[in-house]
Amino acid sequence: MPLSKPPLWDTHGDRGAKFTEFGGWDMPVEFDSIRAEHQAVRDDAGIFDVSHMGQIHVTGPDATTLMNRLTTNDVSRLEVGDSQYAAITDEDGIIIDDTVIYRLPDAEGEAAYLFVPNAGTDEATHGRWVEYRNQWDLEATVDNQTDEYAMVALQGPNAPTLLEDVTEKAVTDLSRFEARYADVGGIECWVARTGYTGEDGFELLAPWEAAEDLWGTFDCQPCGLGARDTLRLEAGYVLSGQDFDRESNPRTPYEANIGFVVDRETEFVGRDALAELAEGGLEERLVGFELIDRGIPRHGYDITNTDGRVIGTVTSGTMSPTVEQAIGLGYVPIEYADPGTTLQVIVRGQSKKARVEPLPFIETV
Amino acid sequence: MSFDIPEDRQYLESHEWALETDNGIRVGITEFAQDELGDVVFVELPDEGEALTQEAEFGVIESIKAVSDLYAPVSGEVVAINEDLFDSPELVNDDPFGEGWMLEIDPDDSDELETLLTAEEYAGQIA
Repeated sequence: MPLSKPPLWDTHGDRGAKFTEFGGWDMPVEFDSIRAEHQAVRDDAGIFDVSHMGQIHVTGPDATTLMNRLTTNDVSRLEVGDSQYAAITDEDGIIIDDTVIYRLPDAEGEAAYLFVPNAGTDEATHGRWVEYRNQWDLEATVDNQTDEYAMVALQGPNAPTLLEDVTEKAVTDLSRFEARYADVGGIECWVARTGYTGEDGFELLAPWEAAEDLWGTFDCQPCGLGARDTLRLEAGYVLSGQDFDRESNPRTPYEANIGFVVDRETEFVGRDALAELAEGGLEERLVGFELIDRGIPRHGYDITNTDGRVIGTVTSGTMSPTVEQAIGLGYVPIEYADPGTTLQVIVRGQSKKARVEPLPFIETV
Repeated sequence: MSFDIPEDRQYLESHEWALETDNGIRVGITEFAQDELGDVVFVELPDEGEALTQEAEFGVIESIKAVSDLYAPVSGEVVAINEDLFDSPELVNDDPFGEGWMLEIDPDDSDELETLLTAEEYAGQIA
C-alpha cells in the first residue's frame, strides 16, 4: 500500500527534511537535528506537522452517548470548547488506542465532537464507532475526516506569543485542554491548547488545502517526529503502538499509567473488566527509568532484576537531550515499580544498571 | 546536499573510512554516514589489543533515532581507541574525518587496503 503523504510533504522536502514511515504515512522525522529541534521546543518554540493524526467527527442526538460508551473518560462533562484525553478500550479493558476528544460548537442544536485517534488507526476506529452505533441503535453521524484536516502543533514556551501575533481573536486566554475556532493568519482554525511535548503550546486543525499557508505563518524551528518522540518521552507520555499495542503488548490504562483517563462511573466498553482489575490490584505497571551504566535502552530490550531474571520489556528509550541521560519506559512487576528500584536492561547481551525514576522525567505544563 | 569525501583515504560500502597513519590504520565513519544517523549519542568500541577481522563488526554507533553496527576496513589488532568519543560522541557529527575518528588498527596485511573503495568509488555509491 502506498504511503499517505501529509499536505506539506513537498514543503518539507524542499526544506531538506528526512522522512520516515509512521502509521502508513511518509512523515518528516528530522529537519535539522533532533537535538536542535528538541531544544527549540524546550527553550523557545517549534512547529510540527502532525497531519498523520486521524480526525473523526461525531454529531447527532446520541453523539454524547456514543462517545461516552466507546471511550474511558466522561465525555458528558465536556462543554463546548473543552477537550479531554481518553483511552479506547476493548471488552477486556485492553487499550486499542488513545485519543483527544474535542467538543465542537453544537451543530444544528446537537452536540458535536471531533476526536483524534493515532496515525493509521482512523479507519478501524471509524468502523468501530459505526458498528457500535448500529448495534446500539443510536442516532449519530460518524464521519472520518482524516483527509480533510491538516494538523499542526505549535509547541514551546514562546508558542503563545507566536500565535498571538497572528490571531485576531485572543487565544492565549485558553486554558490547558480548552479550544475554540479562531482566525490564524487568515485561516479559520480549531485552536486547542493541547500538545504532546510537555511544554505549553497549541494544536491547530485547519482545512487540508490551507496547510501550507498555515505552516508559513509561523517563523520558528520546524520539528520532525524524531524530536516529537524525545519530547514526549521526557514528558512521560505513552505512544500508541509502541508503549501499548492491543496485539503485541496488550495493556490496560492502569498498567500503562493512564488510569486517570478511566471514569468507572460512566458506562463504556471495557468498564466492567477494568472495575474488576481495579479491585484486584495491579500486577505490572509502566515505569520510567534511567540507565546508570553507559548505553541506550531501545524498544524490545529485556529488563531484568538484579539477579538477572527477565521481568519486563523496554517499550521506549532514547538519550534524553534535556536530562542528558539515557532514559526509557517499560513494564515491570509492581514490586519493582517504586522509584529508586535498581533494575538491569540488557543491551546487546550486556546487563546495564538502571534505576526506576518518577515520571515525568522533566517538569511539564 | 553534497558531502565531503577526502581523497587521502579509502572507504567501505558500509560508510567507514580508513586512513594510513604512522600509528596504523585510523578508522572512522563518513560525513554522509553521520548525516544519515543524525545526532550521535553513543559509541561502543573494542578494547585496545583486540583482534579485528576485515568487514566484521567492531563496534556500535547510536544516534538518537538509530542503532548502527561499525565494520572493520582491515584485519588487525586495535592499537588505539578514541576515548574522547565516550564523553563527546557528538565529535562524530562535528568532525567525522578528524576528531571523530574511532580507532587505529595495526593491520595484519596492508594489502587489504587495496580491496577498499577509492574516494571516487565511494562518491559514486552515495550519489
